[in-house]
Order: sequence, then C-alpha cells, then structure tokens
Amino acid sequence: MLGTTTRSTLLAATLMASVAMPVMADKASGTLNVAFTKELENVDSYFNSSREGVVLQRAVWDGLIYRDPETNEYVGNLATSWEWIDDTTLEFKLREGVTFHNGEAFSADDVVYTVNFVANEENGAKTQRNVNWMKSAEKIDDYTVRIHLKDKFPAAIEFLSGPVSMYPDEYYAEAGPSGMGLKPVGTGPYKVVEVVPGQHFVLEANESYHDSPKGQPELARIDIRTIPDVNTQMAELFSGTLDLIWQVPADQANKLAQMDQFTVANESTMRVGYLQMDAAGRSGESPFTNKLVRQAVNHAINRQELVDALLQGSSKVVYTPCFPSQFGCVQDVTEYEYDPEKSKALLAEAGYPDGFSIDFYAYRDRQYAEAIASYLNAVGIETNFNMLQYSALRELNMKGEVPVSFQTWGSYSINDASAMVSQFFKHGALDSTRDDEVLEWLDVADSSTDPDTRLEYYTKALKKITEEAYWAPMFTYNTNYVFKTEVSYTPTADEVLRFVDMSWN
Amino acid sequence: MLTFILKRLGLALLVAFTVSFISFSLLFLSGDPAAALAGETASGEDVEALRRLYGFDRPMLVQYGEWLFSALRGDFGESYYFKLPVASLIADRLQITMTLGVCGIVFALVTAVPLGVVAAIRPNSLIDRVALFLSVAGQAMPSFWFGLILIVVFAIQLGWLPPSGAASWKHFIMPTIVLGYYAMPAIMRLTRAGMLDVLNSDFIRTARAKGAGETRVLFKHALRNAIIPVVSLAAVQMGFMLGGSIVVESVFALHGAGYLAWESIARNDLPTVQALILVFSMFYIVFTFIADVLNAWLDPRMRSA
Repeated sequence: MLGTTTRSTLLAATLMASVAMPVMADKASGTLNVAFTKELENVDSYFNSSREGVVLQRAVWDGLIYRDPETNEYVGNLATSWEWIDDTTLEFKLREGVTFHNGEAFSADDVVYTVNFVANEENGAKTQRNVNWMKSAEKIDDYTVRIHLKDKFPAAIEFLSGPVSMYPDEYYAEAGPSGMGLKPVGTGPYKVVEVVPGQHFVLEANESYHDSPKGQPELARIDIRTIPDVNTQMAELFSGTLDLIWQVPADQANKLAQMDQFTVANESTMRVGYLQMDAAGRSGESPFTNKLVRQAVNHAINRQELVDALLQGSSKVVYTPCFPSQFGCVQDVTEYEYDPEKSKALLAEAGYPDGFSIDFYAYRDRQYAEAIASYLNAVGIETNFNMLQYSALRELNMKGEVPVSFQTWGSYSINDASAMVSQFFKHGALDSTRDDEVLEWLDVADSSTDPDTRLEYYTKALKKITEEAYWAPMFTYNTNYVFKTEVSYTPTADEVLRFVDMSWN
Repeated sequence: MLTFILKRLGLALLVAFTVSFISFSLLFLSGDPAAALAGETASGEDVEALRRLYGFDRPMLVQYGEWLFSALRGDFGESYYFKLPVASLIADRLQITMTLGVCGIVFALVTAVPLGVVAAIRPNSLIDRVALFLSVAGQAMPSFWFGLILIVVFAIQLGWLPPSGAASWKHFIMPTIVLGYYAMPAIMRLTRAGMLDVLNSDFIRTARAKGAGETRVLFKHALRNAIIPVVSLAAVQMGFMLGGSIVVESVFALHGAGYLAWESIARNDLPTVQALILVFSMFYIVFTFIADVLNAWLDPRMRSA
C-alpha cells in the first residue's frame, strides 16, 4: 500500500527538482538526526528482533567480546581475556572499573544475572537461538566468571560478540524488560536519554566510556525518529532536519548520489535471497522431489541479471545457502549457470516436456519475486503467484504446504554458517529437504570445537546441498546509506549502523 | 426524546459488541500470531514456545471470553509487540489522531459549508464552477500525493512548515489540510444540493413574500433545513478521519492510532488490533449517535424514528 516503487520514483523526481533552500547544517548543534523506518518494539535488545534494535543494542550496551567488523578478529570488550575450560565451559576475566550509565559498577554479578535471566526460556527472550545455547553462568570471583553451555557450541564466541550483551543486575531485576525498554541502562558508548516507544529515541555520548575496542563516541547527541515513508525521509533530508537515512531503495539512492550535498554509501548485507523447493515432498505431489526439476529451476534463473537490474550496488550472485563471509560457507560448490534451454531439457527428461503449474509464494520484494516467476514461466513452469505476510507464509511453510517460495535470510548478522545452513537443513519445521546425511554432517560441524573439523563438515554438507540442488540460492542483498557530506561514516557489511564510528567532517 | 436516546444507546452497544466478536473471529482465522510474535529470525521451536506461553492453542471462544471479560474492566491486555499495556499505548496515540480528526473536520466544515452555500445561491456561476472543480480534485487526488506536494512546497521550497512529526502546532497544519480536504467535497456537494432543494421550496417563497431579509432567509430558514443531512455526513466523516487517517499519519510521520492499527495488523499484535477496532467502532457509533440526537433536535419529525 505505502511506498511502491513507481510512486517513489515519481516523487523522488519532484523532490529533487524542488531543492532550492541551502541545507541548514545540524553540525553546529552537535546532534545527528537519524530516521528509522520501522517502529522498534522494545529497546531491550533481548526483546526485539529487528535491525533497528541491533543498532541501538550496539550503541547502548557492550558484550564480553567484540568482533572487529573490518578484520573479523575477536578482541575483549567487557572481558579482557577468555579461555575454554572444557568443551562446554568458557571462563572470562572481566574488565575492572567499568560503570553502567546509572552508576552501577560492572562485575561478575552482572554477567551471572544477565546470562541466567536470558537463558531461562520462561523469561521469553524473543530470539531464543541467540541465548538458548547457554545453560547458566557462575561467579568465580568479582572479576572472573564462567558460562556453562548446554552442549558443545563453537559459535559461542561469535554470539558473545554479537547479540549477547551485559545488563546491570540490580537495575534489571527491578525494571525488567519493559522497564529496560523505556529507560535503557548499559555500559555502551551512548546512553539513552529519551524513549517514546516506537517513535523517538534520543542518545547522548557516554562521557565516561571505558577504553573499549569500539572506540570513543564523537557525536554528542543522536536523535532518532521513526518516519515510515521513505519520501518523507527524503523531504526531511532536503529540508535539513535529518542528517542520515539508511535502507534507501536503489533508484532513489542513485539520484541522491548525483547531488553534491549528500554522500551515498552502498554496502552489502548478510541477507541471502533464495528459492526454497519442497524436495521432501511435504506438500503432497511435488515435482521438486525430482532432482532434475530442481536443477532445471537452478538453470532457469538469470542471477546476474537480477543483481544488475534490480538489486544493484554491492549485491553478488551466490550459489551457497549461506553468506560467503560466514565461517564455514565455502564457495567451492556446484554452480548453475543461466541456461534456459538446458533447463527445458532437464524438465523434459524429468517427465515434464510441457512444464507444469505450481503455487509460488513470496513475502517481500515483490519486484524480485515477479522477475523470478517470469524466469520460471519462460522454461514452462507456470506459477500461481501468492504474496503473503511474512507470518502467514512462515506458518504455511512450517506445515510443509509450500511447494516453492522466494525466501530471504539475514542470519541475524552472525558471521558463522551455522546461523543459516543449520537453521534450514537440520530437519526442523522449516526444512523442506530432510536429508539425513546433511543433518549428520551439520551436527558434527555445529558442535565441533576444532575449526578444521567444522570446515570439513560444512564443506561436505554444502557440496551435497548444492549438488542435489535442494535450493536455488540467488543473490545477496545490499543497503544504501545516505548522509550529509558533513557526516563522516564508513558502513560495514553487517548492516549495523554504528554511531560510535561516525564523526563530523 | 429520552426514549429515543435510550433506544439509540441500546442499539449502539449491541453494534459495538457484534463488531468486537466478528473482528475477533476474523483475526483468529487470519494467521498464527505466534509466528508473527517470534519475528523473522526465530526458529520453529521459538514459535512453538511462544504459542504455549500466550495460550494460542486454546479454543477461540475461551480466548474471546477472556478478552471480553478483561476489556469490560478496562484492561485490554499487553501489546504483543511493544510489551506495554494496550490501554496506555492507545491513549497516547489517540491524542494525535483526535487532534488531527477534530482539526480536519473543522477545516472541512469551515471551508465546505460556505462554499456550498455560495455555490447554491449562484448555481452555474464561476464560483459554482470553481467549487465543483475543487471538489472533483479533492476526490481524485490521493492524499499521500497531496501531502507530499504540500511538503515539497511549504517545507522544502518555502521552509515555512516542518515536513513531518508532531512536535508543535505547526506540524499539524499540513496534515489537517490534507485530511480535511478529503472530506470537504462530499460536505460541499451535499450543502449545495440541500440548499438548492430548500431554496426552491414553498416555505422559502413564503418567507421572502412576507418580507424577510435575504440573510435571514438564507441562514435562519434555508441553511437550518439544508444542514441536517450535512450533520449526519460530517459525523460519519469524523469517524472516518479518526479510523482512517492511516495514509496521512504515515506520510507526515504522525504516530497516531490509525497508523498504529495498520502496523499492528501486519505485526499480528492481536490485543492492540482488537482494542483499536473496538475504539474505532465506538467512534462511529458515538458520532452516529450524536448525529441522530442533533438531527432530532434540529428536526422534531425525526424523533419518532
């Protein structure tokens, strides 16, 4: 309903033509004005599952460990060092002299409370996968703490440097998730001074931020408003009341790039777009149980054309059911070049010389979905196109009623193949393939603590998945950041806005 | 008059109850709230855990009964999405929507009624043509487009008004015009048609014949009669504005109840949607009720209805 592309393009042109006023810089006031598109449900990072939430989480809180987004190296943040005591126990030495925004001192008690709270399923942390690998935490002394894992989980370090951040025990015990959402308290580079749920968030630099690998905040104040319409965001940008917008559609970003008061930066994201096919035959008579048909689908799609014409920017063609930078996501797999003739021949060989008709589902990026459908139509696969809400499609998918669908997965910005391939190929409700061998290999890869063994088994699994053409992975997503030239910022590939990395030129 | 009011009140309550039951059933059928609650990044197990936690596995009538019982005590539960009490969430957002709705309808009436009267006095004149043009344009122009044009002109080029937000009264000027303009044409056409009708009737001729001044004829005699259907229409338009200002709220980044409803449906936030439907239907019901009472006061013949 809102924000269709044709409309946006038309308006973008009008907006561009109308810029006459000199843009008033907010540099003087020291406030960076930013727009979110979506209403954030709760600032408490364990109780939201949105990108906006991750952005605030990285600004307001800290994890024990930090992953440098450039080098992907792990360094200590609230912990100064860590070691594996055994396969399921991690011990941390904590940083001393750190205080929370409310003055509470950071110590082992905070780690113990936070971990024990979020790991308890009954407390209802929204994204259980981020926390349910932890069993409990144990205080050794004031600045030494152990985290006990439920099972072997080699990606623990990655999670501890990402979604798991540390909360003040006394305050959280009293405020709880909704209190924390309204008055967030962390150790991070920015403290929250105002929250209007879903609408408005004001951050201020934490003057006494510890010597963190995140660096010190340079911008004094960040004012974030939720503005749902991209055109309105652009109008605010032009009238000087916004300094930075992100997730800007490619066509608008291209036009904005031509204007010299704005910097347009394009970065890849971890999101991968793919076709999921019912190889296990859960939806009844499914042509996709036939490997030849799945190969035909893979050959039918012109991935490069999709990237060049629709996604643009730093998007890339992918053949793996994971994002190339993720640990274990080897790229040496079966690739299917665009070859509609071969695709038709494969369909004929499979017993469908005239193709077939099938229900095709999608939940976002209608243009992409329609382009994909037309590739399928071109080789004789007639698609009954259904555009559903995410939750509705997900429900159908879990019931195994979807023969083929256009899906995407962002891996929650976790740089480990387990965050994607292991989500969908381990016989869970969303697994449309049910390959026992793949399951067995992924089990080894997900639980081994030896990186070489992990790599070996991910390679095996990915090779089989691509050889069997279980999915048709197609492309990675990208996002555009547009900001005034007064702002200096280099976006990272994990789609997280880092205010601490921003400064005025 | 009292019996009339009581009868209407009873009817209104029945309508409210029916609306809430139907909307609850529709929402129940529309999809799995647990999947939406868990969000895009959750696994199948997360969804199952949430389903149990919120009791979505229970029969619909049990869930409806529970909701209704709490709602009668003013407790609309907690928003699945924001984890905040629905009542306070809606109260917050309604302030914006009410301000916008009242300003919008006042703007519409203040511009449309005089235009309609003038157009009726001089039918087919230039002013009638202009009024007709305005009303056609108002009906034809999508409000998101009109809103953005206003933003381009008044916020970006002239720099007189802030483009979006709700921080001051200035922020409400453009949304009021957009919302009000949408309701204006219908009110104006109806005023014009009513006035034309009345002005040709016998009692106006009589009034003129007995020497009443033209102003007195127009306002005391004609408008009072022509305004009756306009009152009903304005009441319905007001209800529409309160529940249907989604587009305007979205374009001007006003986080009102209309936008909340639209977003909550997409988020499967059942308690919020349920409460909003009740509130919006109450608005329609209350405004229709007020219109009925007003009409009965203006025209005693209607009291028997």
